[in-house]
Amino acid sequence: MSTWLLILCAGLLTFGTRLSFILLLERIRVPDWFRRGLRFVPVAVLSAITLPELANLGGKLALSWHNAQLPAGIVAVLVAWRTKNVFLTILVGMAALYLFKGILGLF
Amino acid sequence: MERSKKVEFWNGVRDEAPLLLGVAPFGLLYGALAMSAHLSILAGQAMSSIVFAGASQLIAAQLIASSTSAVVIVLVVFVVNLRHALYSASVAPHVRWLSTPWKVLLSYLLTDEAYAVVITHYNKEGDSGNQHLYFLGAGLTLWSGWQLSSLVGILIGAQIPPSWSLSFALPLTFIALVVPALKDRAAVAAALAAAVLGVLGFGLPYKTGLLLAALVGISVGLLLEGRAQAGTPLSSVGPEGGTK
Repeated sequence: MSTWLLILCAGLLTFGTRLSFILLLERIRVPDWFRRGLRFVPVAVLSAITLPELANLGGKLALSWHNAQLPAGIVAVLVAWRTKNVFLTILVGMAALYLFKGILGLF
Repeated sequence: MERSKKVEFWNGVRDEAPLLLGVAPFGLLYGALAMSAHLSILAGQAMSSIVFAGASQLIAAQLIASSTSAVVIVLVVFVVNLRHALYSASVAPHVRWLSTPWKVLLSYLLTDEAYAVVITHYNKEGDSGNQHLYFLGAGLTLWSGWQLSSLVGILIGAQIPPSWSLSFALPLTFIALVVPALKDRAAVAAALAAAVLGVLGFGLPYKTGLLLAALVGISVGLLLEGRAQAGTPLSSVGPEGGTK
């Protein structure tokens, strides 16, 4: 298989996955629990992406206080909770990361 | 209150823009990796516009570099991107009344980063107005940022020093979008279960841990919601009209 065919097939499958329910959901009958479950998709998927990302230090799982991303993440959760402001959460979160990295660098 | 198409579009652009801070380092990294995998400049850029899914492109470039068979790479990309089916199901009720060309276009733009911003908007504003223009604005913003950062990565390599940790802006954005959505116990439980399982499944290949964690999180949310409703006296249940 050439590289171009690879890219085309991978692209079509990815696009098909994204199009799947958008095209089909109104045409097929889905059980009630399926529709009720949709409400939990954003919080579940984004949480499943985010915590492992915070715990990920150079490709390795680092659940310790030497990983500045974890306390910075906690700060970000607090800012998001109090302000509901995306930009402020990013700003304070990045500042917290640099701060904790600096503090950890002292030891 | 219905906003004009123009206002919705530019609101989408504005809300998506901060995510580019986190996306750009990934695009640069992908571009650099594509070159070290000896893809042509054109093929490297084509992957960004045809596949248009960051994590799977990084993995594909690595697998191409290690001469993995193309069939395996295609399957891996498919598995890594399976979570998009959940996004598709989640936005489907909000775009059901759009024409097929619109559905096709918005599906193409349905990335992690666009989804996170767009579903937050739908949950807040509903879907009876011009919210699909917001979707388009957010989607195109991310698309442009991804194409441009890939191209720069392809042409001049990953220029931002990793020590700047700019990619940390992405999990921060997801935190900013998820936390305000945790409005009841079922949602909190769904998020916690998914987060913990995501960490436990960290070692599983090709993001299957992520997918499993998300599915378990959704199930936990459903279970708790079911129990909460069963405990409601006279079962005068919620706005979704679950008693039908």
